[in-house]
Amino acid sequence: MKKNWWKALAVVLLVFTVVAGMLSNVPRLAILNETIRNLYFHVPMWFGMILILTTSVVYSIKYLRNPTVKNDVIAFEAAKVGILFGVLGIVTGMEWAKFTWGEYWSNDPKQNASAIGLLIYFAYLVLRSSFNEQQQRARISAVYNIFAFAALIPLLFILPRLTDSLHPGNGGNPGFNTYDLDSSLRMVFYPAVIGWTLLGIWIVNVKSRLEILRQRLYETV
Amino acid sequence: MGQNRKKVLLKEILYLIRKDLVLEWRQKYALNGMLLYVGSVVFVCYLSFGMRSNILVAPVWNAMLWIILLFVSVNAIAKSFMQENRGRLLYFYSIVSPQGIILAKIIYNTALMLLLALICFVFYGFVLGNPVQDVPMFLLSILLGAVGFSTSLTMISSIASKAANSSTLMAVLSFPVIVPMLLMLIKMSKNAMDGLNRSASLDELLTLLAINMIVVTVSYILFPYLWRS
Repeated sequence: MKKNWWKALAVVLLVFTVVAGMLSNVPRLAILNETIRNLYFHVPMWFGMILILTTSVVYSIKYLRNPTVKNDVIAFEAAKVGILFGVLGIVTGMEWAKFTWGEYWSNDPKQNASAIGLLIYFAYLVLRSSFNEQQQRARISAVYNIFAFAALIPLLFILPRLTDSLHPGNGGNPGFNTYDLDSSLRMVFYPAVIGWTLLGIWIVNVKSRLEILRQRLYETV
Repeated sequence: MGQNRKKVLLKEILYLIRKDLVLEWRQKYALNGMLLYVGSVVFVCYLSFGMRSNILVAPVWNAMLWIILLFVSVNAIAKSFMQENRGRLLYFYSIVSPQGIILAKIIYNTALMLLLALICFVFYGFVLGNPVQDVPMFLLSILLGAVGFSTSLTMISSIASKAANSSTLMAVLSFPVIVPMLLMLIKMSKNAMDGLNRSASLDELLTLLAINMIVVTVSYILFPYLWRS
């Protein structure tokens, strides 16, 4: 039970996020109105995605140094959960954009960057599925994972800063700090980020343990 | 000791580049095929625009040139590892270091891409008109594009060559990786077309150089792991 305290923390934080996120007071602002609550659901998806994809790359590097089944499985499952978070981030963002910017997709640099980022990881899945031999698959997809991540960083952090974005905080739009005069948003936002990220780690944990067990089962049968 | 290893690496790289050049020269069909590919793609674009270049406004002209260059480079570089047969790879495995191979391939592909890109630009400008105002800057963006495409595509082609359906995989793996580079290049070359002040493109230039450095470094570190299989 002592080892599982973070799972309880995840549950508590997420319950808090949903309840407080829907019921608490938020700043009244034109255009944004109540959609500002999306801050608790959309933005943590990106934080979670980047953290989990970083985990995936770390385990890919570990695999190249020490090729074990465990490192490969964790890298793969983390990449899949990262994709799930990315898709959820895009969907919540598009829904929000429909009400605030008027279009689901308005050629915003951050939207484009996230779509390209997802394409990279879909390519990773396709690459994995095109090998039959387990060791070759693990090593080559680990190489691509690291290579693609190195190419993804400039995309996510440099490109949106070079051109104006419609996102709050970019291109003359007021950001987080100006909305949040009384810190009421932060009170829910930070727990939300931690809660969603912990949930992602939990999913990776369960799925990779299951996958390792399954592989062990196949070996013995 | 370190000095000596560097010398050996340099010698390997020079030797491998010479080998690629000789091979290319002996099997001229590959090079001629690429040249014909460039020519026919440009001509197809010319015909599809109905031979009226007045509907071909500057941004379209620019975007189309870069799309042509992208497809040419994917096709040209895809073969850099697939054309090597198993026996030859095994032979290299026993005599040279993997770092030597990847660096030699990157340098050779850069030279090849530069040649193809310049020919493409000249022919494209000849057929569809040349609205570029600042030609040296435009050529610089083509140079950076050739270097960037060849560095990232060389690594991707070595990954794709290990898989089963390598030609599809080559496109799928390379496009998302190359898109940031492509966006920068299109912006930079658009600035050169409009004859803007050169300092306007400084941001793009530096970012492109930085991306290229990252890609070369990562390829240098990762290639030995691919090479082993």
